[in-house]
Amino acid sequence: MSILIFSLFIFVLACFIGFELISKVPPTLHTPLMSGANAISGITIVGALIVTGGEGGLLTQILGVAAIIFATINVVGGFMVTDRMLEMFKKKGDDK
Amino acid sequence: MSQFLPDYIVNYLPDAIQLIYLIATAFFIRGLKLLGSPATARKGNQLAATGMLIGIIVTLFDQQIVSFEWIIIGVLIGSLIGIILAKKVAMTAMPELVAVFNGFGGGASALVAWGELSKYADPSVMEASGLVTTGLSIFIGALTLTGSFVAFGKLKGFISGKSITFPGFNFINIASMIGVVVLIGVFTYDPANQTIFWIILGLSLLIGITSVLPIGGADMPVVISLLNSYSGLAASMAGFVIGNNLLIVSGALVGAAGLILTQVMCKAMNRSLFNVVFGSFGGGSSSEKDSGSDGDKTVRETSAADLAIQVAYASKVVIVPGYGLAVAQAQHIIKEVATKLEERGVQVKYGIHPVAGRMPGHMNVLLAEADVPYDQLYDMDQINPEFASTDVVLVIGANDVVNPMAKTSPGSPIYGMPILNVDEAKRTIVFKRSLSFGYAGIDNPLFYTEKNQMFFGDAKKSLQALNEALSEV
Repeated sequence: MSILIFSLFIFVLACFIGFELISKVPPTLHTPLMSGANAISGITIVGALIVTGGEGGLLTQILGVAAIIFATINVVGGFMVTDRMLEMFKKKGDDK
Repeated sequence: MSQFLPDYIVNYLPDAIQLIYLIATAFFIRGLKLLGSPATARKGNQLAATGMLIGIIVTLFDQQIVSFEWIIIGVLIGSLIGIILAKKVAMTAMPELVAVFNGFGGGASALVAWGELSKYADPSVMEASGLVTTGLSIFIGALTLTGSFVAFGKLKGFISGKSITFPGFNFINIASMIGVVVLIGVFTYDPANQTIFWIILGLSLLIGITSVLPIGGADMPVVISLLNSYSGLAASMAGFVIGNNLLIVSGALVGAAGLILTQVMCKAMNRSLFNVVFGSFGGGSSSEKDSGSDGDKTVRETSAADLAIQVAYASKVVIVPGYGLAVAQAQHIIKEVATKLEERGVQVKYGIHPVAGRMPGHMNVLLAEADVPYDQLYDMDQINPEFASTDVVLVIGANDVVNPMAKTSPGSPIYGMPILNVDEAKRTIVFKRSLSFGYAGIDNPLFYTEKNQMFFGDAKKSLQALNEALSEV
């Protein structure tokens, strides 16, 4: 089995997990969920780190650093703002 | 960082990194799952963030990484911008912010693929599968970048919320998309050809702009959700390019999640995704203005004092908030009114339409900000059977989601959209600035029914007046 086929396998299986995980979420949480899922898509930062830290010419460095900046904004901002939203969700009678 | 480790550890490093990636993936899956319930959502988000941190730290031990100066600079700049944006944003501007973050994520994936490509002096040595996924990653990532920023511009009002289109626009868009896919094929055979690469990049950026421009402002949430799905897909494709399982799996998770959310939103508006993307609706371009029923159009007005008596002596009051409530920053004052009513023994519930606010669940966030407990918030399906036994419904800053034309007027553009059946209640009070039309640009017969009273004015001022009047009842 080539690496590509193996990767395709886990890609498809992960898609199914994604469908199953999300399909039962109440509408109350759709906005935080969208924001949280969006932060997870910033995982591309891992790719940005590998590209930037590796051997490469000036162009690679510039593209890599730009990718790191973009992805970090996505990750840090995304998780923080989701937390800010969820912090406010309280049940009746919960203390501040 | 692997150079600082002794050899006997370095030998096991690649496998160890993969195993820890697996743990990070488990954190993401568990985190997304916990995000699905109000009680555990915050923990879920924190879990996912922890997974991300684990993934980032362990990547630094990857043997491919030899220099850290640029990494540190990049992470510092990105974190600073991210923190400022996340701290400063007003809750009402959440859709814009998600659009921006999303654009950056998509852009980053395109840059990763491009950066990897730029490492090869002669790209022909790359495998065909690597070249295809590089092309796809740049395509999806670039269109997510520009598309998200157009969506941001439309929400902010920098770009007209109206549908910007001309005949044949959709055709050109589809043709361009097919063109890019064909070019990616050509690029796979002839990767050294710089011209083809630049055309792919340029065309992808352009498609992002031209495919969002024709979509009306009211549909932007659906677009953002769809773009969110794309950014996941772009990350996944970048994972194929650099052969990284963590990227492939996490990207696929987000891609699937975004797609489901998009469907949920379309369903709530009774539109198909196809209709949203190609229908050019929601910008007031609809020609179906129902002007046939101009005969009896008298509205009954109410005052704060009168309304205070009505709600104070009701046994059940349902509040239907819309985006107008948030614009007027009236979430806190409605909470005060609700508390006063509850102290009098009135049962108070909030009926939330799935698309109240500007994203599904946006209204819940705005009310949560005002400390409204989430167990008082009821979904459309939960609250609809209750209207018949409700004394007073307060419709605040909402319009289309309570428009009976969705049920009665097949010619109306919102026909078939599930609505809150407030007309079944004994009395409806509509808080509104004027008799202007809603997002969909159509009139609302609810305003002219005998059971309805209008309370004209700014939502916040009206509610403040009601709040004061309640103290004197």
